[in-house]
Amino acid sequence: MRRAVIAFTAFLGGLIFLLAVPAHADPADCQGLRGTLKLQGQPVNGAKISVTTEGGQPVEEVTSNAQGTWDVQVDEPGKYKVTLDPSSLPADSEVRGGSNVRTPTVYEGNCSTVLFALQPKAAPGAAPEDTGQSTFWEQAAQLTFEGVNLGLIIALGALGLSLIYGTTGLTNFAHGELITLGAVIAYAFNVGFGLQLIPAAIIAIIVSGALGYGQDRLFWGQLRKRGTGTIAMMIISIGMAILLRNLIQFFFGAQNDSYTDYNTQAGIEIGPISAAPKNLWAIGIELAVLIVVGIALMKTRTGKAARAVADNPALAASSGINVDRIIRIIWASGSAIAALAGIMLGLSQSLKFTMGQDILLLIFAGVTLGGLGTAFGALVGSLVVGIFIQVSTLWVPPELKSVGALAVLIIVLLFRPQGILGRRERIG
Amino acid sequence: MDWLTIITTTVHAAIGWESVVYGLAAIGVNIHFGYTGLLNFGQAAFMAVAGYGLAVAVTVMNLPFWMGIVIGLAAAAILALLLGIPTLQLRADYLAIVTIAAAEIVRLVFRSVYFKDIFGGSDGRRGFTGDFYAMNPFPPGHYGIGPFGFDERVIWFLAVGWSVVLLSCLVVYLLMKSPWGRVLKAIREDEDAVRALGKNVFSYKMQSLMLGGIIGCLAGFFYGLYNGAVQPDIFGTEMTFFAYTIVILGGAARVFGPVVGAMIFWVLFVFVGNTLAELVRNGFIPFMTTTQVGPIRYALVGLGFILLLVIRPQGIFGDKREIAINAR
Repeated sequence: MRRAVIAFTAFLGGLIFLLAVPAHADPADCQGLRGTLKLQGQPVNGAKISVTTEGGQPVEEVTSNAQGTWDVQVDEPGKYKVTLDPSSLPADSEVRGGSNVRTPTVYEGNCSTVLFALQPKAAPGAAPEDTGQSTFWEQAAQLTFEGVNLGLIIALGALGLSLIYGTTGLTNFAHGELITLGAVIAYAFNVGFGLQLIPAAIIAIIVSGALGYGQDRLFWGQLRKRGTGTIAMMIISIGMAILLRNLIQFFFGAQNDSYTDYNTQAGIEIGPISAAPKNLWAIGIELAVLIVVGIALMKTRTGKAARAVADNPALAASSGINVDRIIRIIWASGSAIAALAGIMLGLSQSLKFTMGQDILLLIFAGVTLGGLGTAFGALVGSLVVGIFIQVSTLWVPPELKSVGALAVLIIVLLFRPQGILGRRERIG
Repeated sequence: MDWLTIITTTVHAAIGWESVVYGLAAIGVNIHFGYTGLLNFGQAAFMAVAGYGLAVAVTVMNLPFWMGIVIGLAAAAILALLLGIPTLQLRADYLAIVTIAAAEIVRLVFRSVYFKDIFGGSDGRRGFTGDFYAMNPFPPGHYGIGPFGFDERVIWFLAVGWSVVLLSCLVVYLLMKSPWGRVLKAIREDEDAVRALGKNVFSYKMQSLMLGGIIGCLAGFFYGLYNGAVQPDIFGTEMTFFAYTIVILGGAARVFGPVVGAMIFWVLFVFVGNTLAELVRNGFIPFMTTTQVGPIRYALVGLGFILLLVIRPQGIFGDKREIAINAR
């Protein structure tokens, strides 16, 4: 262990050295800032944008073209201040989040995209326009809110994963694909058959639950009957993940897509936070589902039976519980909850065939942080991971935000492998 | 139907760069999973740090080729330490989760804009293979019989590649025959019994992780050398999964299992993919487009993998008693 710690320190030292070495960049063909202004999918022409250095020295003033795009090339990498003139926008629109100033960083030889999300103006009499730059704490509050949103989606996934793990001992690497599947089935009903999203989502959740039931009845249950070990099943689940993911890609394609409803919504200002109503509804539904499942686990007969199976399947069976039936119920409800998570994820971000695969690692981070096999721990761990990911973008480039969460996963295992709420005996 | 192209690409795949690269990756996985029972799902990360170690050393730091190889090997060894320290004392699924997460961290860092000056972002790095091909003793020309054959550049790559594969097999054979290898197999069968005999299980597992990682990292070098470039998205979870499929197909805990497995895997993969693509192009499968052939053949790999594990977990040459997956 001691030698290992020395090696680790040496590695960190090496890493810092590596970063300190001046790197040669390729000749820059693009170094600056650009962006595209769109209002409800339509490009915004003629919006005025001025770019200054961090100290306030003006660099350039541009207006967006007919495609809504603008582009400013700069000589020096560094921090810049981009101001969008609100008076040059169409009369009925405003910048989402209130602030019309962005302070992006330009990296050498790179073009950064500056996002101004535009939205229809909220009803008259809404919160007054915030003219100043948003402060650190306002940003932190906004990011925490988004983190709670993401954390609850992770928690839904983690709940299903934990329930299945608890009752069958299977670490299901195909759980991410159950999430994608739910989102894509809802997409099929919503976009394909033109159903409104809410009934489409309800159908997708029911279909996913049925598929989960069938998956256990026809596949995993049969494997258990054959006496396949949990490690073997875990490896098989990776094959299952690859199979499902590519089948989804076969039908859905490789593009990003979104549902037809609730795409653009005017934000509501709550204190420092700006939130679209759909996000508030999503949080409400997610919380309600988590609470209902929690109560069902604690109070109902089936829930108690499920906990008994998780504790000791043989003992549960000998006291008259139909273990296979309980496991099938768990599979059905776990898949249905995963489908809900997928739909919420598709609503707040976008649909892609890898969406489940990408969030699966965050779910694992949440589950491990909370303690593998504890439903309540999974919830706490997921919330921490979600908030951590979003808030860390205050300091970390957004493209690396997942890296931080996964690094935390490894550090947790190093110091408290049973997680926050886990029991020591489960890990050995 | 262009059968000649299908047959030549299939034969080339059997002895070509794919079998070299994936064979080496699978030999590494075989040491982890087949002999020691470790579930390393981050083999792609070992390949990535090695390929990038070489590429960054040569193109960014302007070091000689051999220094690049040394840096790549060192990076793989350090990665093994980093992954092993937190997880090797825990249950098997923790190592699986952490290695799959680590592979994703490595990929995201390599493709990030923030580190673009070093790792080249999503375009990756190219232009580091000059020294390797400058050592080529083969004069220009075509080497082979009829339509089957390679040019001097590929034949040099394959000569070195297959030598390294055979050398790795020899190392594995000798090590697994030695007392050290018997301890590894004992750990796979019953960790507690080995601990009771006074062996330091953690240390043996770590050595196994490092050895397999270093052989896996050779695969990363050869990937970079053949393609003349390393890109971050090549080293995704699919690559590790292919290595596992190959190990189980050939037979885990067999010296030549991964090599034969890689050849069979690539013959099937290329043959099925090209035949499907030709069928679609000629209108025999009306409900598919050529872009959909890619996902379908990956899905078939997934399906084949599941069936293999359910029906014949010992693969072609394996011994059912030596398969660790049903233990614990």
